[in-house]
Amino acid sequence: MSGGTSEYSIAADGSFTAPLELSYPYKRTVGPILSRFLTGLRDQRIEGTKGSDGRVHVPPAEFDPITGEHLTEWADVASTGTIVTWSWQPAPVEGNTLQHPFAWALISLDGADTNVLHAVDAGRADAIKTGMRVTARWADEPSGSITDIVCFDLTSGSPA
Amino acid sequence: MSDDVLRIRTPIGIKYQYSAGPRVSSHLLGLMEGRFVGKRCPVCELVYMPPRNGTCAKCGALLGEDVEVSQRGTITTFCVVNVPFLGQTIKIPYVSATILLDGADMGMQHLIQEVDAADVRMGMRVEPVWRPREEWQPSLENVMHFRPTGEPDAPFDSYAGHL
Repeated sequence: MSGGTSEYSIAADGSFTAPLELSYPYKRTVGPILSRFLTGLRDQRIEGTKGSDGRVHVPPAEFDPITGEHLTEWADVASTGTIVTWSWQPAPVEGNTLQHPFAWALISLDGADTNVLHAVDAGRADAIKTGMRVTARWADEPSGSITDIVCFDLTSGSPA
Repeated sequence: MSDDVLRIRTPIGIKYQYSAGPRVSSHLLGLMEGRFVGKRCPVCELVYMPPRNGTCAKCGALLGEDVEVSQRGTITTFCVVNVPFLGQTIKIPYVSATILLDGADMGMQHLIQEVDAADVRMGMRVEPVWRPREEWQPSLENVMHFRPTGEPDAPFDSYAGHL
């Protein structure tokens, strides 16, 4: 944990104010399933796990949602998909992969049966619609993280 | 494969703009002048140093006048820290104590140094060791630590009501 006050100012009423940051530098192991998923992202490959009912989970589920068993079977999933629903983010915050207004969207990737939450670089809120096709934009310097997909771009001229 | 992603960093943090408010700011201003300024509750007359959030824990009243308290005080309770932890900057074992400054009714927590941890005791009289003036900030960290004054211990009855 870290925190501190090094820069302060005094407001008109005589109150001291100072920036205060409370942060925790967590680091964690990811386990075998997420390890394979993240390693795949680093190589611009998206993989999901296959459940007992045949559904493909992306991001991969570690355990079968129905039986609770470890999932070990994998399926390749496309880096293209369809917007299921979305919400406009007019004011990006630190840590967002895009620093201009964008959409948060649930995306059904081709070959997957669950949805991925990610950013869509749509430009304007009136340019995005449910059902539109999107394509992953990969990071120039992958690190083995979900942000190796910077965002999704609207696939030009192809509203579904 | 040894090159696989095995761990990830997931730092979290919140950035605040902290405002001390007028009732705590006189205390902070005092610290920048090397003084301990607390506040008195207008109802029960207890002196808070530090002045909490500007209200009395007992009455709920807004604290009133500034009260400068003594630089010397008495250790009421203490804890010997023997456990290393991430970010620790002080060599263990060290003592964290609640210090009742003369003229205050509430203890404040600070570090005790310049004495063997085994020799620290309830009732021990202590005084602050301030950092060099040019390093002062509106913070209790202006005091590096407290150290024994060498005075005789305060009798238990003198601080028994402040434990």
